[in-house]
Amino acid sequence: MITPSLPLVAHVSPDSIIAWRAAGAVTLRQFLAEVGQLAARFPAGSHLLNMCSDRYRFSVGLAAAIVAGKVSLLPPAHTPEVVRQMKVFAPDVFCLTDRDLDTEDLPQLKYPVMGVGQPDEFAIPQIAAGQRIAVLFTSGSTGIPQPHPKTWRALVGSVQAGALRLGLLHNHPCTLIGTVPPQHMYGLESTVLMAWQSGNALSQAQPFYPADICRALAAVPTPRVLVSSPVHLRALLDAGLALPEIARVVSATAPLSAQLAQDVEARCNAPLMEIYGSTETGMIATRNPTQGAEWQLLPGIKLVAEGDCMRACGGHVETPIAMNDIIEPLTAERFLLHGRMSDLVNIAGKRHSLASLNHLLNALPGVVDGAFYMPDEAGHDHVTRLAACVVAPGMAAADLLAALREHIDPVFLPRPLLFVDELPRNRTGKLPRAALQALLQTHRTRKTYE
Amino acid sequence: MQDNQKPIVSSSADFQREIAELLIECLNLDVTADQIIPDAPLYDKGLGLDSIDVLEVALVVSKRYGLQLRADSTDNQHIFSSLRSLADYIATERTL
Repeated sequence: MITPSLPLVAHVSPDSIIAWRAAGAVTLRQFLAEVGQLAARFPAGSHLLNMCSDRYRFSVGLAAAIVAGKVSLLPPAHTPEVVRQMKVFAPDVFCLTDRDLDTEDLPQLKYPVMGVGQPDEFAIPQIAAGQRIAVLFTSGSTGIPQPHPKTWRALVGSVQAGALRLGLLHNHPCTLIGTVPPQHMYGLESTVLMAWQSGNALSQAQPFYPADICRALAAVPTPRVLVSSPVHLRALLDAGLALPEIARVVSATAPLSAQLAQDVEARCNAPLMEIYGSTETGMIATRNPTQGAEWQLLPGIKLVAEGDCMRACGGHVETPIAMNDIIEPLTAERFLLHGRMSDLVNIAGKRHSLASLNHLLNALPGVVDGAFYMPDEAGHDHVTRLAACVVAPGMAAADLLAALREHIDPVFLPRPLLFVDELPRNRTGKLPRAALQALLQTHRTRKTYE
Repeated sequence: MQDNQKPIVSSSADFQREIAELLIECLNLDVTADQIIPDAPLYDKGLGLDSIDVLEVALVVSKRYGLQLRADSTDNQHIFSSLRSLADYIATERTL
Protein backbone atom coordinates (compact mmCIF):
# COMPACT_ATOMS: atom_id res chain seq x y z
CA MET A 1 0.00 0.00 0.00
CA ILE A 2 1.32 3.44 -0.87
CA THR A 3 1.01 6.10 1.81
CA PRO A 4 0.08 9.41 0.20
CA SER A 5 2.74 12.01 0.75
CA LEU A 6 3.16 15.72 0.14
CA PRO A 7 6.45 17.58 -0.42
CA LEU A 8 7.97 19.65 2.38
CA VAL A 9 8.11 22.67 0.10
CA ALA A 10 6.66 23.68 -3.26
CA HIS A 11 9.99 25.05 -4.49
CA VAL A 12 11.56 22.86 -7.14
CA SER A 13 14.97 24.22 -8.07
CA PRO A 14 17.78 23.80 -5.52
CA ASP A 15 18.68 27.42 -6.22
CA SER A 16 15.25 28.87 -5.47
CA ILE A 17 15.21 31.25 -2.53
CA ILE A 18 13.35 30.03 0.54
CA ALA A 19 14.37 32.67 3.05
CA TRP A 20 16.11 36.01 3.56
CA ARG A 21 18.42 36.45 6.48
CA ALA A 22 20.54 39.40 7.52
CA ALA A 23 23.39 37.75 5.60
CA GLY A 24 21.34 37.46 2.41
CA ALA A 25 19.32 34.86 0.54
CA VAL A 26 19.04 31.23 1.62
CA THR A 27 18.60 28.77 -1.23
CA LEU A 28 16.54 25.62 -0.96
CA ARG A 29 19.76 23.59 -1.17
CA GLN A 30 21.28 25.41 1.81
CA PHE A 31 18.03 25.22 3.78
CA LEU A 32 17.76 21.47 3.32
CA ALA A 33 21.43 21.00 4.24
CA GLU A 34 20.85 22.93 7.48
CA VAL A 35 17.67 20.98 8.18
CA GLY A 36 19.72 17.79 7.86
CA GLN A 37 22.47 19.08 10.13
CA LEU A 38 19.99 20.11 12.81
CA ALA A 39 17.98 16.88 12.61
CA ALA A 40 21.22 14.93 13.14
CA ARG A 41 21.74 16.72 16.46
CA PHE A 42 18.26 16.10 17.84
CA PRO A 43 18.11 14.02 21.03
CA ALA A 44 15.94 10.92 21.20
CA GLY A 45 12.78 12.61 22.51
CA SER A 46 9.90 12.67 20.05
CA HIS A 47 8.50 16.11 21.04
CA LEU A 48 10.10 19.47 20.43
CA LEU A 49 9.32 22.83 22.01
CA ASN A 50 10.57 25.21 19.32
CA MET A 51 11.31 28.51 21.06
CA CYS A 52 13.55 30.05 18.38
CA SER A 53 12.87 33.76 18.08
CA ASP A 54 14.50 34.10 14.67
CA ARG A 55 11.89 33.05 12.12
CA TYR A 56 14.41 31.35 9.84
CA ARG A 57 15.82 29.26 12.70
CA PHE A 58 12.27 28.42 13.77
CA SER A 59 11.58 27.22 10.23
CA VAL A 60 14.72 25.06 10.16
CA GLY A 61 13.73 23.60 13.55
CA LEU A 62 10.22 22.87 12.32
CA ALA A 63 11.45 21.27 9.09
CA ALA A 64 14.08 19.21 10.93
CA ALA A 65 11.40 17.95 13.33
CA ILE A 66 9.14 17.03 10.41
CA VAL A 67 11.91 15.20 8.59
CA ALA A 68 12.96 13.40 11.78
CA GLY A 69 9.36 12.40 12.56
CA LYS A 70 9.16 14.52 15.72
CA VAL A 71 6.16 16.57 16.82
CA SER A 72 6.52 20.33 17.45
CA LEU A 73 4.64 21.53 20.53
CA LEU A 74 3.31 25.07 20.17
CA PRO A 75 1.67 26.36 23.38
CA PRO A 76 0.11 29.85 23.57
CA ALA A 77 2.87 31.17 25.85
CA HIS A 78 6.13 30.08 27.41
CA THR A 79 5.37 30.86 31.05
CA PRO A 80 7.01 28.51 33.61
CA GLU A 81 3.67 26.82 34.28
CA VAL A 82 2.99 26.23 30.59
CA VAL A 83 6.46 24.74 30.15
CA ARG A 84 5.71 22.37 33.05
CA GLN A 85 2.42 21.46 31.41
CA MET A 86 4.22 20.65 28.15
CA LYS A 87 6.38 18.23 30.10
CA VAL A 88 3.28 16.58 31.54
CA PHE A 89 1.78 16.34 28.05
CA ALA A 90 4.97 14.87 26.58
CA PRO A 91 7.56 13.74 29.15
CA ASP A 92 10.22 13.31 26.45
CA VAL A 93 9.93 16.93 25.25
CA PHE A 94 13.11 18.90 24.62
CA CYS A 95 13.47 22.53 23.74
CA LEU A 96 15.17 24.16 20.76
CA THR A 97 16.30 27.70 21.49
CA ASP A 98 18.44 30.37 19.88
CA ARG A 99 18.86 32.39 23.08
CA ASP A 100 20.32 31.76 26.48
CA LEU A 101 17.42 30.67 28.63
CA ASP A 102 17.97 31.03 32.34
CA THR A 103 15.37 28.77 33.86
CA GLU A 104 14.10 25.84 31.89
CA ASP A 105 13.25 22.47 33.34
CA LEU A 106 13.65 20.93 29.92
CA PRO A 107 16.60 19.40 28.11
CA GLN A 108 17.83 22.14 25.81
CA LEU A 109 19.29 22.07 22.34
CA LYS A 110 20.95 25.34 21.47
CA TYR A 111 20.51 26.22 17.81
CA PRO A 112 23.90 25.32 16.35
CA VAL A 113 26.26 27.28 14.17
CA MET A 114 25.74 25.54 10.86
CA GLY A 115 28.66 24.12 8.95
CA VAL A 116 29.40 25.25 5.42
CA GLY A 117 27.00 23.34 3.23
CA GLN A 118 28.65 20.31 1.64
CA PRO A 119 27.23 19.45 -1.77
CA ASP A 120 24.71 17.03 -0.32
CA GLU A 121 22.57 14.95 -2.53
CA PHE A 122 19.61 17.18 -3.24
CA ALA A 123 16.17 15.74 -2.62
CA ILE A 124 13.01 17.46 -1.44
CA PRO A 125 11.63 15.47 1.51
CA GLN A 126 8.26 13.85 0.93
CA ILE A 127 6.16 13.86 4.09
CA ALA A 128 3.40 11.35 4.79
CA ALA A 129 0.09 13.21 4.59
CA GLY A 130 -1.13 11.70 7.84
CA GLN A 131 2.04 12.45 9.83
CA ARG A 132 1.43 14.40 13.02
CA ILE A 133 3.49 17.57 12.59
CA ALA A 134 2.54 19.77 15.48
CA VAL A 135 0.31 20.09 18.50
CA LEU A 136 -0.99 23.59 19.11
CA PHE A 137 -2.55 24.44 22.45
CA THR A 138 -5.37 26.73 23.50
CA SER A 139 -5.97 27.83 27.06
CA GLY A 140 -8.93 25.53 27.71
CA SER A 141 -11.59 26.27 30.32
CA THR A 142 -10.00 24.50 33.31
CA GLY A 143 -6.51 25.94 33.20
CA ILE A 144 -5.07 22.89 31.44
CA PRO A 145 -3.96 23.71 27.89
CA GLN A 146 -6.07 21.91 25.30
CA PRO A 147 -4.07 20.07 22.62
CA HIS A 148 -4.95 20.40 18.92
CA PRO A 149 -2.91 17.98 16.84
CA LYS A 150 -2.17 18.89 13.22
CA THR A 151 -1.43 16.50 10.40
CA TRP A 152 0.70 17.46 7.43
CA ARG A 153 -2.35 17.05 5.18
CA ALA A 154 -4.40 19.54 7.23
CA LEU A 155 -1.64 22.16 7.41
CA VAL A 156 -0.77 21.93 3.74
CA GLY A 157 -4.43 22.04 2.71
CA SER A 158 -5.03 25.14 4.79
CA VAL A 159 -2.06 27.19 3.58
CA GLN A 160 -2.41 26.15 -0.04
CA ALA A 161 -6.01 27.36 -0.04
CA GLY A 162 -4.88 30.55 1.69
CA ALA A 163 -2.01 31.13 -0.73
CA LEU A 164 -4.36 30.74 -3.68
CA ARG A 165 -6.78 33.27 -2.18
CA LEU A 166 -3.94 35.71 -1.49
CA GLY A 167 -2.63 35.40 -5.02
CA LEU A 168 0.76 34.07 -3.93
CA LEU A 169 0.92 31.21 -6.43
CA HIS A 170 2.52 32.93 -9.36
CA ASN A 171 5.85 32.85 -11.08
CA HIS A 172 7.27 35.96 -9.51
CA PRO A 173 8.45 34.87 -6.06
CA CYS A 174 7.73 37.24 -3.21
CA THR A 175 8.97 37.51 0.36
CA LEU A 176 6.72 37.25 3.40
CA ILE A 177 7.60 39.58 6.27
CA GLY A 178 5.76 38.76 9.49
CA THR A 179 5.21 40.86 12.61
CA VAL A 180 3.50 37.92 14.33
CA PRO A 181 5.44 35.08 15.97
CA PRO A 182 5.63 31.74 14.12
CA GLN A 183 4.77 29.88 17.33
CA HIS A 184 1.07 30.72 17.05
CA MET A 185 -1.29 29.27 14.44
CA TYR A 186 -1.63 32.43 12.33
CA GLY A 187 2.11 33.07 12.22
CA LEU A 188 2.90 29.39 11.70
CA GLU A 189 0.56 29.20 8.73
CA SER A 190 0.97 32.61 7.16
CA THR A 191 4.65 33.38 7.70
CA VAL A 192 6.27 29.92 7.47
CA LEU A 193 4.11 27.19 5.96
CA MET A 194 2.56 29.48 3.34
CA ALA A 195 6.02 30.52 2.14
CA TRP A 196 7.07 26.85 1.92
CA GLN A 197 3.94 25.72 0.15
CA SER A 198 3.64 28.58 -2.33
CA GLY A 199 7.25 28.58 -3.49
CA ASN A 200 7.96 31.94 -1.86
CA ALA A 201 10.50 33.16 0.69
CA LEU A 202 10.17 34.14 4.35
CA SER A 203 12.03 36.92 6.08
CA GLN A 204 13.94 35.88 9.19
CA ALA A 205 12.93 39.10 10.92
CA GLN A 206 10.54 39.43 13.83
CA PRO A 207 10.04 43.22 13.68
CA PHE A 208 8.37 44.91 16.61
CA TYR A 209 8.49 48.70 16.48
CA PRO A 210 7.27 50.56 13.38
CA ALA A 211 10.87 51.46 12.49
CA ASP A 212 11.78 47.75 12.71
CA ILE A 213 8.96 46.85 10.32
CA CYS A 214 10.20 49.42 7.79
CA ARG A 215 13.76 48.09 8.06
CA ALA A 216 12.66 44.47 7.71
CA LEU A 217 10.66 45.39 4.60
CA ALA A 218 13.51 47.35 3.06
CA ALA A 219 15.96 44.49 3.75
CA VAL A 220 14.30 42.13 1.26
CA PRO A 221 13.60 42.52 -2.45
CA THR A 222 10.17 43.30 -3.90
CA PRO A 223 7.49 42.05 -4.14
CA ARG A 224 6.93 42.04 -0.38
CA VAL A 225 3.96 40.70 1.55
CA LEU A 226 3.48 42.13 5.04
CA VAL A 227 1.80 39.61 7.39
CA SER A 228 0.60 41.49 10.43
CA SER A 229 -2.16 42.24 12.91
CA PRO A 230 -4.37 45.24 13.76
CA VAL A 231 -2.14 46.18 16.71
CA HIS A 232 1.02 46.35 14.60
CA LEU A 233 -0.67 47.92 11.58
CA ARG A 234 -2.17 50.70 13.67
CA ALA A 235 1.22 51.38 15.27
CA LEU A 236 2.87 51.35 11.84
CA LEU A 237 0.46 53.92 10.41
CA ASP A 238 0.47 56.08 13.54
CA ALA A 239 4.24 56.34 13.42
CA GLY A 240 3.96 58.19 10.11
CA LEU A 241 7.17 56.73 8.67
CA ALA A 242 7.90 56.49 4.96
CA LEU A 243 6.95 52.92 4.03
CA PRO A 244 8.99 50.79 1.63
CA GLU A 245 7.10 49.37 -1.34
CA ILE A 246 4.62 46.68 -0.30
CA ALA A 247 2.74 44.41 -2.73
CA ARG A 248 0.15 43.07 -0.30
CA VAL A 249 -0.86 43.33 3.33
CA VAL A 250 -2.33 40.44 5.30
CA SER A 251 -3.98 40.87 8.69
CA ALA A 252 -5.50 38.48 11.22
CA THR A 253 -6.01 37.94 14.98
CA ALA A 254 -8.94 40.39 15.18
CA PRO A 255 -11.08 42.13 12.57
CA LEU A 256 -9.81 45.50 11.40
CA SER A 257 -12.14 48.46 11.62
CA ALA A 258 -13.32 49.75 8.25
CA GLN A 259 -11.40 52.98 8.83
CA LEU A 260 -8.08 51.33 9.68
CA ALA A 261 -8.50 48.96 6.73
CA GLN A 262 -8.94 51.91 4.37
CA ASP A 263 -5.98 53.71 5.89
CA VAL A 264 -3.79 50.61 5.54
CA GLU A 265 -4.58 50.28 1.85
CA ALA A 266 -4.10 53.98 1.20
CA ARG A 267 -0.83 54.33 3.08
CA CYS A 268 0.71 51.02 2.00
CA ASN A 269 -0.63 51.48 -1.52
CA ALA A 270 -1.37 47.77 -1.56
CA PRO A 271 -4.43 45.53 -1.37
CA LEU A 272 -5.31 44.25 2.08
CA MET A 273 -6.54 40.75 2.81
CA GLU A 274 -7.84 39.64 6.17
CA ILE A 275 -7.79 36.05 7.32
CA TYR A 276 -10.26 34.48 9.71
CA GLY A 277 -9.53 31.28 11.52
CA SER A 278 -8.64 29.73 14.83
CA THR A 279 -5.96 27.60 16.42
CA GLU A 280 -8.29 24.63 16.12
CA THR A 281 -9.17 25.08 12.44
CA GLY A 282 -6.34 27.07 10.91
CA MET A 283 -7.44 29.68 8.40
CA ILE A 284 -10.95 29.13 7.07
CA ALA A 285 -12.03 32.38 5.43
CA THR A 286 -10.75 35.63 3.96
CA ARG A 287 -12.09 39.04 3.03
CA ASN A 288 -10.92 42.31 1.64
CA PRO A 289 -12.43 44.63 4.27
CA THR A 290 -12.42 47.67 2.00
CA GLN A 291 -14.65 45.80 -0.46
CA GLY A 292 -17.19 44.72 2.14
CA ALA A 293 -17.70 43.20 5.57
CA GLU A 294 -18.51 39.71 4.27
CA TRP A 295 -16.10 36.84 4.74
CA GLN A 296 -15.67 34.18 2.09
CA LEU A 297 -14.93 30.61 3.20
CA LEU A 298 -11.94 28.81 1.72
CA PRO A 299 -12.86 26.07 -0.79
CA GLY A 300 -14.42 22.98 0.79
CA ILE A 301 -15.05 24.57 4.19
CA LYS A 302 -18.62 24.62 5.47
CA LEU A 303 -20.28 26.22 8.47
CA VAL A 304 -23.01 24.17 10.12
CA ALA A 305 -25.27 25.57 12.84
CA GLU A 306 -25.41 23.56 16.03
CA GLY A 307 -27.31 25.04 18.95
CA ASP A 308 -26.00 28.53 19.61
CA CYS A 309 -22.77 28.11 17.73
CA MET A 310 -21.46 27.38 14.27
CA ARG A 311 -19.20 24.48 13.50
CA ALA A 312 -16.60 24.58 10.78
CA CYS A 313 -16.04 21.37 8.84
CA GLY A 314 -14.89 20.08 5.47
CA GLY A 315 -11.79 20.96 3.50
CA HIS A 316 -8.67 20.83 5.68
CA VAL A 317 -10.75 20.87 8.90
CA GLU A 318 -10.49 17.21 9.79
CA THR A 319 -13.05 17.10 12.61
CA PRO A 320 -15.92 19.61 13.01
CA ILE A 321 -14.88 22.51 15.25
CA ALA A 322 -17.22 24.86 17.13
CA MET A 323 -16.15 28.44 16.36
CA ASN A 324 -15.82 30.85 19.29
CA ASP A 325 -17.31 33.78 17.41
CA ILE A 326 -20.86 34.81 16.67
CA ILE A 327 -21.30 34.01 12.99
CA GLU A 328 -24.19 35.00 10.75
CA PRO A 329 -24.25 32.87 7.59
CA LEU A 330 -25.36 34.73 4.47
CA THR A 331 -24.89 32.05 1.81
CA ALA A 332 -23.16 28.66 1.81
CA GLU A 333 -19.84 30.42 1.33
CA ARG A 334 -20.28 33.85 2.88
CA PHE A 335 -20.85 35.07 6.42
CA LEU A 336 -20.58 38.02 8.79
CA LEU A 337 -18.78 38.09 12.13
CA HIS A 338 -20.48 39.72 15.11
CA GLY A 339 -17.84 39.51 17.82
CA ARG A 340 -16.75 36.70 20.05
CA MET A 341 -18.69 34.42 22.34
CA SER A 342 -18.83 35.95 25.80
CA ASP A 343 -16.46 33.44 27.40
CA LEU A 344 -13.62 34.15 25.05
CA VAL A 345 -11.21 37.00 25.66
CA ASN A 346 -9.07 38.16 22.74
CA ILE A 347 -6.34 40.64 23.64
CA ALA A 348 -4.10 41.59 20.75
CA GLY A 349 -4.72 38.23 19.14
CA LYS A 350 -4.08 36.17 22.26
CA ARG A 351 -7.13 34.23 23.32
CA HIS A 352 -8.12 32.93 26.70
CA SER A 353 -11.28 31.54 28.17
CA LEU A 354 -12.73 33.82 30.84
CA ALA A 355 -13.92 30.74 32.73
CA SER A 356 -10.37 29.45 32.76
CA LEU A 357 -8.97 32.76 34.00
CA ASN A 358 -11.53 32.79 36.82
CA HIS A 359 -10.64 29.21 37.65
CA LEU A 360 -6.93 30.08 37.87
CA LEU A 361 -7.60 33.17 39.97
CA ASN A 362 -9.75 31.30 42.48
CA ALA A 363 -7.24 28.45 42.71
CA LEU A 364 -4.49 30.78 43.96
CA PRO A 365 -3.63 30.31 47.65
CA GLY A 366 -4.97 33.29 49.61
CA VAL A 367 -7.78 34.12 47.17
CA VAL A 368 -11.21 33.64 48.75
CA ASP A 369 -13.24 34.78 45.77
CA GLY A 370 -12.42 36.54 42.56
CA ALA A 371 -13.63 37.34 39.07
CA PHE A 372 -12.19 38.75 35.89
CA TYR A 373 -14.14 41.33 33.92
CA MET A 374 -13.69 42.22 30.27
CA PRO A 375 -14.83 45.79 29.63
CA ASP A 376 -16.62 46.56 26.39
CA GLU A 377 -14.03 47.41 23.80
CA ALA A 378 -13.47 51.14 23.54
CA GLY A 379 -12.39 51.20 19.93
CA HIS A 380 -11.85 48.56 17.34
CA ASP A 381 -8.13 48.99 16.97
CA HIS A 382 -7.18 49.80 20.53
CA VAL A 383 -6.29 47.13 23.00
CA THR A 384 -8.78 46.72 25.85
CA ARG A 385 -7.50 45.17 29.06
CA LEU A 386 -9.08 42.84 31.56
CA ALA A 387 -9.99 44.00 35.04
CA ALA A 388 -10.49 41.81 38.11
CA CYS A 389 -12.06 42.02 41.55
CA VAL A 390 -10.75 39.80 44.31
CA VAL A 391 -11.44 38.99 47.91
CA ALA A 392 -8.01 38.09 49.29
CA PRO A 393 -7.53 39.42 52.82
CA GLY A 394 -3.91 40.07 53.68
CA MET A 395 -2.62 39.38 50.20
CA ALA A 396 -0.54 42.00 48.40
CA ALA A 397 -1.40 42.93 44.81
CA ALA A 398 2.18 42.32 43.70
CA ASP A 399 2.15 38.76 45.08
CA LEU A 400 -1.18 37.98 43.49
CA LEU A 401 0.00 39.29 40.11
CA ALA A 402 3.26 37.35 40.42
CA ALA A 403 1.28 34.16 41.09
CA LEU A 404 -0.96 34.79 38.08
CA ARG A 405 2.08 35.51 35.93
CA GLU A 406 3.26 31.95 36.55
CA HIS A 407 0.19 30.69 34.72
CA ILE A 408 -0.88 33.17 32.09
CA ASP A 409 0.54 35.44 29.43
CA PRO A 410 1.06 38.95 30.85
CA VAL A 411 -1.48 40.47 28.43
CA PHE A 412 -4.20 38.81 30.52
CA LEU A 413 -3.07 40.28 33.84
CA PRO A 414 -5.88 42.43 35.26
CA ARG A 415 -5.62 46.20 35.11
CA PRO A 416 -6.97 47.36 37.47
CA LEU A 417 -6.89 44.64 40.10
CA LEU A 418 -9.39 45.72 42.71
CA PHE A 419 -9.39 44.30 46.25
CA VAL A 420 -12.85 44.19 47.81
CA ASP A 421 -14.48 42.78 50.93
CA GLU A 422 -16.93 40.73 48.93
CA LEU A 423 -18.09 40.29 45.35
CA PRO A 424 -21.60 41.47 44.44
CA ARG A 425 -22.95 37.96 43.99
CA ASN A 426 -26.72 37.55 43.83
CA ARG A 427 -28.73 35.14 45.97
CA THR A 428 -28.01 32.22 43.67
CA GLY A 429 -24.29 32.91 43.94
CA LYS A 430 -24.06 34.22 40.40
CA LEU A 431 -22.09 37.31 39.61
CA PRO A 432 -24.03 39.52 37.20
CA ARG A 433 -21.79 41.28 34.71
CA ALA A 434 -23.58 44.57 35.42
CA ALA A 435 -22.83 44.32 39.15
CA LEU A 436 -19.15 43.72 38.49
CA GLN A 437 -19.12 46.62 36.03
CA ALA A 438 -20.73 48.90 38.62
CA LEU A 439 -18.17 47.89 41.24
CA LEU A 440 -15.27 48.70 38.94
CA GLN A 441 -16.92 51.93 37.84
CA THR A 442 -17.22 53.08 41.45
CA HIS A 443 -13.55 52.35 41.91
CA ARG A 444 -12.61 54.36 38.81
CA THR A 445 -14.71 57.34 39.85
CA ARG A 446 -13.25 57.34 43.34
CA LYS A 447 -9.76 57.25 41.92
CA THR A 448 -10.47 60.21 39.66
CA TYR A 449 -11.62 62.43 42.50
CA GLU A 450 -8.98 61.42 45.00
CA MET B 1 24.35 49.65 10.66
CA GLN B 2 24.94 51.24 14.05
CA ASP B 3 24.04 54.84 14.62
CA ASN B 4 26.81 57.02 15.89
CA GLN B 5 26.99 56.58 19.61
CA LYS B 6 25.84 59.68 21.40
CA PRO B 7 27.03 60.38 24.92
CA ILE B 8 24.32 59.21 27.31
CA VAL B 9 22.38 62.04 28.89
CA SER B 10 21.35 61.42 32.48
CA SER B 11 17.72 62.32 32.94
CA SER B 12 16.71 64.71 35.69
CA ALA B 13 14.18 63.77 38.37
CA ASP B 14 11.74 66.17 36.73
CA PHE B 15 12.14 64.47 33.36
CA GLN B 16 11.69 61.04 34.94
CA ARG B 17 8.48 62.30 36.46
CA GLU B 18 7.36 63.59 33.05
CA ILE B 19 7.97 60.13 31.57
CA ALA B 20 6.24 58.44 34.51
CA GLU B 21 3.19 60.60 33.88
CA LEU B 22 3.34 59.78 30.20
CA LEU B 23 3.34 56.05 31.03
CA ILE B 24 0.37 56.43 33.36
CA GLU B 25 -1.64 58.49 30.88
CA CYS B 26 -0.76 56.37 27.88
CA LEU B 27 -1.43 53.01 29.56
CA ASN B 28 -4.17 54.05 31.96
CA LEU B 29 -2.15 52.64 34.86
CA ASP B 30 -3.56 52.36 38.32
CA VAL B 31 -0.65 54.14 40.08
CA THR B 32 0.60 57.68 40.66
CA ALA B 33 3.87 59.03 39.29
CA ASP B 34 5.39 58.93 42.79
CA GLN B 35 4.75 55.22 42.99
CA ILE B 36 6.91 54.41 39.97
CA ILE B 37 10.36 53.88 41.44
CA PRO B 38 13.02 55.07 38.96
CA ASP B 39 15.12 51.90 39.22
CA ALA B 40 12.34 49.31 39.56
CA PRO B 41 11.71 47.14 36.47
CA LEU B 42 8.96 48.29 34.11
CA TYR B 43 8.44 44.78 32.77
CA ASP B 44 7.12 41.79 34.66
CA LYS B 45 7.20 42.03 38.40
CA GLY B 46 7.77 45.77 38.57
CA LEU B 47 5.14 47.85 36.83
CA GLY B 48 3.97 44.81 34.88
CA LEU B 49 4.24 46.25 31.37
CA ASP B 50 4.12 43.86 28.43
CA SER B 51 4.97 44.10 24.78
CA ILE B 52 1.69 45.76 23.77
CA ASP B 53 2.30 48.47 26.36
CA VAL B 54 5.82 48.97 25.07
CA LEU B 55 4.46 49.45 21.56
CA GLU B 56 1.94 52.04 22.82
CA VAL B 57 4.59 53.90 24.78
CA ALA B 58 6.98 53.83 21.81
CA LEU B 59 4.35 55.52 19.63
CA VAL B 60 3.69 58.32 22.07
CA VAL B 61 7.39 58.78 22.76
CA SER B 62 8.24 58.88 19.06
CA LYS B 63 5.72 61.65 18.47
CA ARG B 64 6.40 63.72 21.52
CA TYR B 65 10.17 63.56 21.45
CA GLY B 66 10.91 62.87 17.78
CA LEU B 67 12.77 59.57 17.95
CA GLN B 68 12.19 56.03 16.68
CA LEU B 69 12.72 53.05 18.94
CA ARG B 70 14.04 49.87 17.42
CA ALA B 71 13.99 46.38 18.88
CA ASP B 72 17.11 45.39 16.99
CA SER B 73 19.22 48.02 18.64
CA THR B 74 21.29 46.01 21.08
CA ASP B 75 20.00 47.77 24.17
CA ASN B 76 16.25 47.49 23.66
CA GLN B 77 15.79 45.31 26.72
CA HIS B 78 17.87 47.80 28.67
CA ILE B 79 15.85 50.82 27.50
CA PHE B 80 12.65 49.49 29.02
CA SER B 81 14.35 47.94 32.05
CA SER B 82 13.42 50.88 34.31
CA LEU B 83 11.93 54.36 34.32
CA ARG B 84 15.41 55.82 34.71
CA SER B 85 16.86 53.95 31.71
CA LEU B 86 13.84 54.86 29.54
CA ALA B 87 14.10 58.52 30.56
CA ASP B 88 17.89 58.51 29.96
CA TYR B 89 17.35 57.00 26.53
CA ILE B 90 14.72 59.57 25.53
CA ALA B 91 16.83 62.41 26.92
CA THR B 92 19.76 61.19 24.81
CA GLU B 93 17.92 60.50 21.55
CA ARG B 94 15.22 63.17 21.52
CA THR B 95 15.09 65.60 18.62
CA LEU B 96 12.07 67.57 19.85
